[in-house]
Amino acid sequence: MNAPLPRWVDLGLIPMLNLLAAFLVAGLVVLLVGESPVEAVRVILYGALGFGEGIGFTLFYATNFIFTGLAVAVAFHAKLFNIGGEGQAYVGGLGVALVCLGLDHAMPWWVIAPLAAAGGAAFGAGWAFLPAYLQATRGSHIVITTIMFNFLAASLMVYLLVNVLKVPGAMAPESRTFEEAGRLPKIGWFVALFGEDIGGAPANLSFFLALGACVAVWLLIWRTRLGYEIRTFGANPTAAVYAGISPVRITVTTMLISGGLAGLMALNPVMGEQHRLFLDVAGGAGFVGIAVALMGRAHPLGVALSALLFGVLYQGGAELAFEMPAITRDMVVVIQGLVVLFAGAMEYMFRPWVARAFAALPGRGEAA
Amino acid sequence: MFDALILMLDSTVRLSTPLLLTALAGLYAERSGVLDIGLEGKLLASAFAAAAMAAVSGSAWLGLAAGMGVSLLLALLHGAACITYRGNQIVSGVAINFLAAGLTALLGQAWFRQGGRTPTLPREARFGALELPLAETLAGVPVIGTVYSELLSGHSLPVYAAFLAAPASWYVLYRMRFGLRLRAVGENPAAVDTAGISVTLMRYKAMAVCGLICGVGGAYLAIAQSAGFVKDMSAGKGFIALAALIFSKWRPLHVMGACLLFGFLDAAAIRLQGKGLPLIGEVPVQLIQAAPYVLTVVLLAGFIGRATPPKAGGTPYVKER
Repeated sequence: MNAPLPRWVDLGLIPMLNLLAAFLVAGLVVLLVGESPVEAVRVILYGALGFGEGIGFTLFYATNFIFTGLAVAVAFHAKLFNIGGEGQAYVGGLGVALVCLGLDHAMPWWVIAPLAAAGGAAFGAGWAFLPAYLQATRGSHIVITTIMFNFLAASLMVYLLVNVLKVPGAMAPESRTFEEAGRLPKIGWFVALFGEDIGGAPANLSFFLALGACVAVWLLIWRTRLGYEIRTFGANPTAAVYAGISPVRITVTTMLISGGLAGLMALNPVMGEQHRLFLDVAGGAGFVGIAVALMGRAHPLGVALSALLFGVLYQGGAELAFEMPAITRDMVVVIQGLVVLFAGAMEYMFRPWVARAFAALPGRGEAA
Repeated sequence: MFDALILMLDSTVRLSTPLLLTALAGLYAERSGVLDIGLEGKLLASAFAAAAMAAVSGSAWLGLAAGMGVSLLLALLHGAACITYRGNQIVSGVAINFLAAGLTALLGQAWFRQGGRTPTLPREARFGALELPLAETLAGVPVIGTVYSELLSGHSLPVYAAFLAAPASWYVLYRMRFGLRLRAVGENPAAVDTAGISVTLMRYKAMAVCGLICGVGGAYLAIAQSAGFVKDMSAGKGFIALAALIFSKWRPLHVMGACLLFGFLDAAAIRLQGKGLPLIGEVPVQLIQAAPYVLTVVLLAGFIGRATPPKAGGTPYVKER
């Protein structure tokens, strides 16, 4: 079970096998509902990458997933499971919206955008604080408290949208639409680099913020003292305490960063797409982040790549629902579940086989 | 006033039934040392399976069997991931929730083409209200008669099953050898192993019981409480049940109390919608809906007693070599 294997096997081959298993089972599900898996893959790829608007939507979804994936990944390094990205992003939306609502008459967008980002991050981090603090000081299980906080976030936001932020007289529980200054510019020029037209797709500047966040998280985890402490605490909390690292400080700080990243996600739909605060801002992206972080092995590069893959699946899945009447967008949720199952929960399933295969290789018998 | 109270308690019983069944299911899993975040998924999947089977076969009993079967399969999948492959129990639970949410909607649309719904079930394909003996006759008796005929009588079979399952679970867990061993693998698996009992088998058995009970809960949702499956039908009930389980500190009879409390809050939220209370004025519905979660967080924080989970919960058992 624990036989040492070359690094590329542990970090490359086995995750690929897991992913392959997930997609094979997904193919079986497609067969089960009576459609062709090969055709489905073709439709997904074309729908997500084949034309400008598709690419725009893919990047838009990927932006969300990078943020929420990073949020989960950062917490993973401290062996904390932040399942509350959904709620943190939702409340982060409030932070973004309050800044935009308050300033969109007074300032240009390039002043508002950083403030809104800060607002989103602060609100998201704030929503993560209590679960983190309770885990650190009172030992309440962070998974359970963050789940509870997801529901609390939903209740709070519904209350605020219905009773406080709704435009008087309007039916829909939404805030007013922001003025021009409260909107992030779209990145049509970026899609144009590939010779395509973005059309009505909402991909916006927050995509680059997400990429920046990947670099920042990489620097934080592997190039700073705090990152070292986070990893030490994650690897062995007892040893970390012995080394003078405060568990309370690390737990709370890590979760604040994690919640902040989740909160930043809200910038994309609120300031970049809808230009207002609306119900269910996160739209499940907080949970996708779990799959993304697992698949990306909690490494920012892996997170960015798997976020892109999930962006492709979300956008392609929408196209698929048009093309194949038997399939709905829920197929993406199924794939998500399979990825979490095979790449996360059953990640060791193939390892004994691979180890045995390696042991059987000539010249490696004694090494394994 | 009295009639209003009876009505409210009556809907409390109905609303707490799925919570109770789900929480009891979770009780077996968690007491054996397997954390189960996937209760929500199992509840949803079994609701779908029950409704789909009842719609196709026209039999409520076959629907119930299908619901229990699907929930059992998911529970064993969770078992395979966490017990055999020693995967992360939280991650596996999350996966099961995704799978259930996706597959029910996808298959529902593929099979029935009604936007993720299953066809509305006729009366014969559902569990209808059962009249307890003499309910009719006693209805005229003040207070006791009303309580008996309005509150206790007239529920469907799974409701009675759920409220019997709570004391039965107490008996199984605290008075039977199976229960002693089950609790022991959740606290100190190494000791149980030393006594010559297979930890793996014990945990699989616990997961099987968990799956079967949870399946009854799902079937209740789809073919007793409602007349068919709608997308996302469980709507977080699995998580409220999880909260109830923690709130009751993993004890069967207290689980019943917690579920009744949360069911009552739910009933109150529905009843108070848009109405004011004397003295307090209008209470936001969202506040009442959030109450179970707030209570659970407060409890977990150790401000009202301390919720100590089974000691070996969350850790896969590795036999010494």
